[in-house]
Amino acid sequence: MAEAETLNAPEVGGAVQRTFGEPVLTLENIGLGFGGVKAIDGVSFEVRRGEIMAIIGPNGAGKSSMLNCINGFYKPQVGTITFKGRTMPAMDPHFAASNGIARTFQNIALFRGMSTLDNLMTGRVLKMKRGFFWQALHWGPAQKEELENRAYVEHVIDFLEIQAIRRTPVGRLPYGLQKRVELGRALAMEPEILLLDEPMAGMNVEEKQDMSRFILEVNEEFGTTIVLIEHDMGVVMDISDHVVVLDYGRKIADGTPDEVRANQQVIDAYLGVSHD
Amino acid sequence: MFYREAGIFKTSYASDQALFRIPLDRLFVIGVVAAAYLVVPFVGDQYWLGSILLPSLILSIAALGLNILTGYCGQVSLGTGAFMAAGAFMAYKFASNITWLPIPVVIVLGGLCAAAIGVAFGLPSLRIKGFYLAVTTLAAQFFLLWLFQKIPWFVNYSIAGVPTAPPREIFGILVTGAEASPAARYLFVLTFAVVLALVAANLVRGRIGRTWMAIRDMDIAAELIGIKPLNTKLSAFAVSSFYCGVAGALWSFCYINTVEASAFDIFRSFMVLFMVIVGGLGSILGSFLGAFFIFLLPIGLNNAVTTFGLPIATETITYIEFMVFGALIVFFLIVEPHGLARLWQIVKEKLRLWPFPY
Ligand SMILES: Nc1ncnc2c1ncn2[C@@H]1O[C@H](COP(=O)(O)OP(=O)(O)O)[C@@H](O)[C@H]1O
Ligand SMILES: [Mg+2]
Repeated sequence: MAEAETLNAPEVGGAVQRTFGEPVLTLENIGLGFGGVKAIDGVSFEVRRGEIMAIIGPNGAGKSSMLNCINGFYKPQVGTITFKGRTMPAMDPHFAASNGIARTFQNIALFRGMSTLDNLMTGRVLKMKRGFFWQALHWGPAQKEELENRAYVEHVIDFLEIQAIRRTPVGRLPYGLQKRVELGRALAMEPEILLLDEPMAGMNVEEKQDMSRFILEVNEEFGTTIVLIEHDMGVVMDISDHVVVLDYGRKIADGTPDEVRANQQVIDAYLGVSHD
Repeated sequence: MFYREAGIFKTSYASDQALFRIPLDRLFVIGVVAAAYLVVPFVGDQYWLGSILLPSLILSIAALGLNILTGYCGQVSLGTGAFMAAGAFMAYKFASNITWLPIPVVIVLGGLCAAAIGVAFGLPSLRIKGFYLAVTTLAAQFFLLWLFQKIPWFVNYSIAGVPTAPPREIFGILVTGAEASPAARYLFVLTFAVVLALVAANLVRGRIGRTWMAIRDMDIAAELIGIKPLNTKLSAFAVSSFYCGVAGALWSFCYINTVEASAFDIFRSFMVLFMVIVGGLGSILGSFLGAFFIFLLPIGLNNAVTTFGLPIATETITYIEFMVFGALIVFFLIVEPHGLARLWQIVKEKLRLWPFPY
């Protein structure tokens, strides 16, 4: 199906139903607290290969914390995470990164002093193996490796249409472009699972459309599984295959956009006070 | 001839990744290096070669080292002097105990020992940052110097405690010790400076340099990309201390001709830090500009006073020096953290637009 179709899907239909394979990531009964505050309270869900999954919920519901557990930045006190055939009480950040989990942050976390190109190249560190000796010479195998990875990064740059800001230090870029560069850095990692924390927050309508298009294309072209947090319900209903709703750290709904939209608890907790 | 990048179309990523992306830049640097080798040794007198260029170049190497750690990797260090001393003393141990070792090898071994010590003192950087890390490196500064002064093994139990740098030759020409000609010592040091600058430039534009800068700019995001913070910081400490160690060894062997801890005290550490700040944090060129500038400033001030016969007492000149330093540091920290290197870049940008600035 073409993404245009999905994007312009009428109110009633929502996204066309797609079917997906086995779960790539399973979270079981995750519990996470900070001192007295329970950020996540016994949440379980599955992410299936190739799907676009949205996590929604009011502010403070524990959405960002959930992503942080998935890539090992936070360690849940309760529950297990199953990924790549391993069931773990918590993810290790290095294991996550080297097994294809990449992410962007709610508050942009770019390397501000580096250029767009260098930020994206940094996303490739795990693909680059040449040691100190060759790096010091910047020649032979090191140069070859550098060029191979540069070619991949240029591919991402073309895809995101950010050729013009290749050499600009990212600290000087406007907000919307920074978000795009951050997506680029995550894509440069060639992720299997892409975690996006509010990728469209603070964007205008055109920027949101661009970003939605990029997300759909990444999913379609590279088969990347995507887990995103988003407040704009229109976007969520349009682009996602699967929605999980959190409220006060608990999961209150889990299903297709249509199912979630019809769920009374969701209407009460979230849609009733929707941002739209 | 116009200074442009327009009209120069890169036909491959290889040329776009090159060290100098604008041909005139490359020509300029090649020209400076060629002149440094082929012209300067013949036109420079003893004073210029031995007392101006030689120490400035050695301090440039130290500034490069500190810039890698602080400018590129974001780890503040006040222990530069101590790592220089480690290089000097260990090179002395190698030179005096294994007399057949070629002198370049001796200097490099001194640097490697300094690198090992730097790694040891870099370990706390996993847990502590900024001000507290600076204090830890300050501890290294005092502890190491105390060690080198107190333990006679480091100076081969010499009675006076201040051994002279052993004379060593390359191709039958003396390059270290008091007897070596300033031109020979200058060329020896220049070669180290050129090679080490090239290596630093290669490192910072490749994977290793990007991991350093990623840790500097946003360590959490770096870790989630798969960069290991400890390895990365320790590699910066190692490379940085290696450079400082080589600089220390050269300082003792080629400039002051003695191996003594007092040459590497806390003031040396601050001096190199000033060089990096004034020259430009995170810039190879800036390390050289800063080193020459800070080393030459007091000499220039003194000369100005004597040439013009100004009735200013020597102590007053020293005060003026401190004030100028202070003002410069404040200026560069607040107004232009990228230092002289950035000012140079601005000049180049103006040039690129010249003669049509709009
Ligand atoms: N590092 C932290 N330290 C303390 N409390 C935190 C931390 N991270 C999140 N929390 C708390 O956990 C709860 C969920 O936060 P978060 O996951 O950011 O929510 P959301 O992304 O859904 O808005 C909030 O009450 C927040 O204050
Ligand atoms: Mg959040």
